[in-house]
Amino acid sequence: MRSGAAPAAPPYPLSGGRQMTAVTTDTPVRLTDSTKFRAWAEAVAIPVGALVVSALIFSIFLIFLGKSPVDYFQLLWKGGFGTSFSIQNTLQRAAPLILCGLAFAIPAQIGLTMIGAEGALVLGGFSAAAIAIPLVTGGVPVVLAMPIMALCAMAVGGAWIAIVGWLRHARGVNETISSLLMTYIAIAIMNFFVEGALRDPGSANKPSTMPIGKDYMVGYIPGTDIHWGLVAGIVLAIALQILMTRTTFGFAARVTGGNARAALAQGLPVGRLMVACTAIAGACAGLAGYYEVAAIHGQANASLVAGYGFTGILISFLARHNPIMILPVAVMFGAIEASGGLIQRRMDMPDATALVLQGIIFVVLLTSETLYGRFAIFQQKAGAERT
Amino acid sequence: MNDGILATILISMLGGAIRVSTPFMFVALGETLTEKSGRINLGLEGNLVLGAMVAYAVSYHTGNPWIGVIAAGFAGVFLGSMHGIICSLPRVNDIAVGIAMMSFGTGIAFFFGKPYIQPSAPRLESLPLGNWSESSSLRQALDINPLFFVGIVVAIVMWWALANSRWGLIVRMTGDSEPAARAMGVQPYQVRIAATAAGGFLAGVGGAFLSLSYPGSWNEGLSSGQGLMAVALVIFARWNPLRCIIAALLFGAAGAIGPALQSVGISQGYYFFNAAPYILTLFIMIASARSSSSAREAPGELSITK
Repeated sequence: MRSGAAPAAPPYPLSGGRQMTAVTTDTPVRLTDSTKFRAWAEAVAIPVGALVVSALIFSIFLIFLGKSPVDYFQLLWKGGFGTSFSIQNTLQRAAPLILCGLAFAIPAQIGLTMIGAEGALVLGGFSAAAIAIPLVTGGVPVVLAMPIMALCAMAVGGAWIAIVGWLRHARGVNETISSLLMTYIAIAIMNFFVEGALRDPGSANKPSTMPIGKDYMVGYIPGTDIHWGLVAGIVLAIALQILMTRTTFGFAARVTGGNARAALAQGLPVGRLMVACTAIAGACAGLAGYYEVAAIHGQANASLVAGYGFTGILISFLARHNPIMILPVAVMFGAIEASGGLIQRRMDMPDATALVLQGIIFVVLLTSETLYGRFAIFQQKAGAERT
Repeated sequence: MNDGILATILISMLGGAIRVSTPFMFVALGETLTEKSGRINLGLEGNLVLGAMVAYAVSYHTGNPWIGVIAAGFAGVFLGSMHGIICSLPRVNDIAVGIAMMSFGTGIAFFFGKPYIQPSAPRLESLPLGNWSESSSLRQALDINPLFFVGIVVAIVMWWALANSRWGLIVRMTGDSEPAARAMGVQPYQVRIAATAAGGFLAGVGGAFLSLSYPGSWNEGLSSGQGLMAVALVIFARWNPLRCIIAALLFGAAGAIGPALQSVGISQGYYFFNAAPYILTLFIMIASARSSSSAREAPGELSITK
């Protein structure tokens, strides 16, 4: 280890890129193609293996109930991808899951277990619906109103979750528990307004805000029944992948995630990085809330609390917190949800079957975390380039 | 006149607090035991929901609700020991596994619980302790379920045992310092698996209260996140079983403010009271995160306080 040999730690290393290399040691780890490939193969093989094991356990579960696993997985495929209708249904359901997966993945890369996406989604959706009221009654043009609503949702969601990152840095408050508490507070805030000041008198049975109206709703991607939230999710996933792997910001964040103390010693602005990552996460979840309101429900009400935030955690773990990998994983979970109705009708099984499958996948997947580094084939040859 | 309204609100809040607090108390006690051993189980929501379903189903089939309560406890042991064993593997994140156990537990509860939504099962009879009173609202408030008293007894026993018994010492030592426990010849993982399983039992019993007493039937919207809040309750109670009773009553009372205000005709603006315990817990965390007294109270091996 060289101490002091590194260039004098600048106050804001983010402004220049070169200092970042100082994090490595005297004999830098050269990531050769072979090493990269092995790490990549491990990150694909273990989650895929976990999926296979989950499918096997679920099949045994089905056999015990006297149902055919073959039928189940065939129907899952058919209901998820079999027809153009089912593909569209799957992709439609994947949109909020992508955004909520990103909301877990970005803080995870900086080492934070932030589980409050549900709250940011609810608050983001609610604030989009709330700001729509003056916009719609004031007759603001649609082209202007829609981005205002989306930005408002992202800003509110981002600010909400940024509090979590700030509390973690400034006061050492555990981010998992604080984000969980703030989810409940967020739902209470929405309920307070939706059942009080902002309640639409017309919504008798299910208190809701004023409907934003058909003109202000987000449309569908031409030629499909899929709303634009899917495109937003894909674009954000790619953008965040670039941000986390190709920029100094992303590098600094991942260094902090690897070892926060080392990052501090290098003079990285750990606090600001944490706040930025949690703000990005909250903005993703808030945007998911915007699309839930502006593309699906047309108003904010209790339907926003649908558990997307919690499924997003599972998706992010399966994708190893990699923004691009979240896309296929979210589509897979969209298919599990989309095929639920078909399986329910054809196999006479309750809709909770999908929940059981998800639960098994989640448990097996997290158990498989213990396997990383255990298989010789994924490691470098002993002593080759390790420091 | 104002005194009458205030009394009505207070009595119905007291009744509501006692009614609602029992599941809070059981999950808080279960979580306290688990966290005292140095591990955090975020999945007690799964234990609670599965416990509620199993208790209702067993009570329906056997006709005896108390057998249902015991069965719910063992459903909780099943999930708790699963959590304990998985978390004993190296490099497995106990918080994430807790979330996984929550979705697994609720999943199997909803799956196997479908046939029990319709039928009506025998419920736990409550003890009419308010018969001496003239006031019907007071009588209603003092109509207390025996599980409430079971919870208080468990809290007192746990408080005494943690402080005075050999088992309590082993649990606390494992929670405070793993090296110390190893030096004493204690296997930390075994202690933690046992503590998580026992904590799971208590959370399962808390679930039995939901389906067999109040609200008193099985359906999928039964739990309103009481299990998830166990972690907050334990922080609120500073890892002390006796304070868990107070924390549970307080969380229960905060939830009962809405209906209490409704009974006197105020039907708006009480949602912030529902969120009050969460806000309060958050402030306690902010205030105590770096204080030395909280470092004494919180188990040293706990991942959330490290």
